[in-house]
Amino acid sequence: MLEIQNLHVSIEEDGTEILKGLNLKVGKGEVHAIMGPNGSGKSTLASVLAGKDGYEITAGSVIFDGADLLEMEADLRAREGLFLAFQYPIELPGVSMANFLKQAVTSVREHQGKETLSAGDLLKLMKEKAALVHLDPSLKSRSVNEGFSGGEKKRNEIFQLAMLDPKFAILDETDSGLDIDALRIVADGVNSLRSPSRSFLVITHYQRLLDYIVPDFVHVLMNGRIVMTGGKELALELEEKGYDWIKDETALLA
Amino acid sequence: MSDNSTELLHQVATSEYKYGFVTDIESEKAAIGLSEDTVRFISAKKNEPEWLLEWRLKAYRHFVSLMELGETPDWAHLRIPEIDFQAISYYSAPKKKPEYESLNEVDPELLNTFKRLGIPVQEQERLVGIVVDVVMDSVSVTTTFNAELDKNGIIFCSFGEAVQKHPELIKKYLGRVVPYTDNFYAALNSAVFSDGSFCYIPKGVRCPVELSTYFRINESGTGQFERTLIVVEDGSYVSYLEGCTAPQRDENQLHAAVVEIIAMDDAEVKYSTIQNWYPGNADGVGGIFNFVTKRGICEGNRSKISWTQLETGSSITWKYPSCILKGDDSVGEFYSVAFTKGRQQADTGTKMIHLGKNTSSTIISKGISAGNSQNAYRGLVRMTAGAENGRNFSQCDSMLLGDRCGAHTYPYLEILNPSAKVEHEATTSKVGEDQIFYCKQRGISEIDAIKLIVNGFCKEILAQLPMEFAVEARNLLAIELEGSVG
Repeated sequence: MLEIQNLHVSIEEDGTEILKGLNLKVGKGEVHAIMGPNGSGKSTLASVLAGKDGYEITAGSVIFDGADLLEMEADLRAREGLFLAFQYPIELPGVSMANFLKQAVTSVREHQGKETLSAGDLLKLMKEKAALVHLDPSLKSRSVNEGFSGGEKKRNEIFQLAMLDPKFAILDETDSGLDIDALRIVADGVNSLRSPSRSFLVITHYQRLLDYIVPDFVHVLMNGRIVMTGGKELALELEEKGYDWIKDETALLA
Repeated sequence: MSDNSTELLHQVATSEYKYGFVTDIESEKAAIGLSEDTVRFISAKKNEPEWLLEWRLKAYRHFVSLMELGETPDWAHLRIPEIDFQAISYYSAPKKKPEYESLNEVDPELLNTFKRLGIPVQEQERLVGIVVDVVMDSVSVTTTFNAELDKNGIIFCSFGEAVQKHPELIKKYLGRVVPYTDNFYAALNSAVFSDGSFCYIPKGVRCPVELSTYFRINESGTGQFERTLIVVEDGSYVSYLEGCTAPQRDENQLHAAVVEIIAMDDAEVKYSTIQNWYPGNADGVGGIFNFVTKRGICEGNRSKISWTQLETGSSITWKYPSCILKGDDSVGEFYSVAFTKGRQQADTGTKMIHLGKNTSSTIISKGISAGNSQNAYRGLVRMTAGAENGRNFSQCDSMLLGDRCGAHTYPYLEILNPSAKVEHEATTSKVGEDQIFYCKQRGISEIDAIKLIVNGFCKEILAQLPMEFAVEARNLLAIELEGSVG
């Protein structure tokens, strides 16, 4: 589904290198978690995959479902089925959720050759998917993320994920700022969306989220590279020992 | 902004005017230039009574004295090229002065023009029930639905017709709110106004339809000097719509209109405008100079005047629809969206003059600037000594598309009564790269994202427009934003 090879990325503005030869392969239907200390490059990876401006790819490649991802504009990536749940969802004052999702869903479905949903069907779908993350259906007339609580914003991201039905979803620190109840709601929502045809890349700082969204693989990202890969038990080990022991180990290897 | 966004915004900002075409209707023009003879010619053409000619001449003499003193208004944040007032033709009327029984008799050229503007007159009549007093160049061409209005005692006709049929009303109210001494362009308008609309709602009548006038400049080198007068008696209501699109031109055209509104006890007037005059080409050549004086007086107690405007056209806009809140408990409102792109300049806003007790006013202004344009809000709130418990709330938001445009806010507050309360809020934002990225990540193209964000920004203003007008307004904004991509 997604294959990243030797990815080097710098910040366009000042040339600082953030990702320094990252390799990662995510198969169809798999759930991969990426963990790492602050500043290791986790959010940069999410942004670069989604096609955000402001980064320079100096080397490497990303193949997404057989196509060169890095050649695509951000909106095309989304239409091809790549979704990013934002760590800090953006507010769009005066733009209703219904209007926003109508445009988003329509452009994505059109690109994928699916038939356009009628206004009625779209609203029905919104109601159904909103229930997944316990959002009130009245959300449709609210402005996108404006006046949403922190928890609502995160649930709204998962709701949009459900609406757009992507092949590949990146969750960028979706757990940050959530209390335990909200975390459970978000995780339940995500779990209900797991399927053999959808892959997930779950980026998180803490192991806690992975108690609920159990990954197939856990990777440790440090200093712009994946330095260790394991099963779900690796997350527990990290929780217990912190990241320092890996630092020591990889220093030994280097 | 990324290079991509900047480039796109540049394209948006330089998109061509979509309504640029010229209708080939023969017209009768006054000789070029301005003199007492010009004023007499216009007045004679319109078969006006002596008192009106005298009034025009007084205005003309006042205008000349202002010219001699060099008192052209120069305080706005505008760069106005010198206007040669002797190089303008001050009167132009379609040659075939028509009086139609039905639209079938209307010059097909004209109907075609409206079709291309997306204003199917017949459709509107039948489906929406809007009365359209079409002003083509300077003389009224069609007035419809008069029977329905007659029944209620409502007068809605061209200004020229009103002068003939209701001289007592015109004489009583003309210049009452905007005297010819008010300002430079009001003086000019008063001297040479060619036509316009007159609307009178008698006591206790709620006008059953929205009154609508489409203004249109269609004659090369012809100034357009409209005069609109709306009088609403005790307890009455009217919603008045004014919309304009103008054909493409190479030379600057001067448009100096005057609108006067008088609202008596418990009367309410809602005045909505979509202004889309030709803005000039991408280099700023051509385009309309839109120097308008619009003012209403809440003469009676508990009366209300509400201005809503969407300004997208003209190369230069100089316009401050205002309210004089004379009656106790009267209410003034100003809701505005001004969108500028290319090399357009807009200096627009309002004046709320509180005279009566417990008067209140609301000002919400949204300025959107793109390209190399300059967009200024200028607003005065004056609480006079007698304005006991006066209230004002003002909110001025500016949005910048790209980094070559400017947004400016000039609020003036004059508070002479200690019990008055005035609130002012202002924000300036850039269409965020983050907002655009968020939309794109959901599969929405960049141009659609900009449209969504701008429409969201203007939402509370567009919501003030009557339904069918709001749709037109959203379409217009979308077209304006679309540019050559899209």
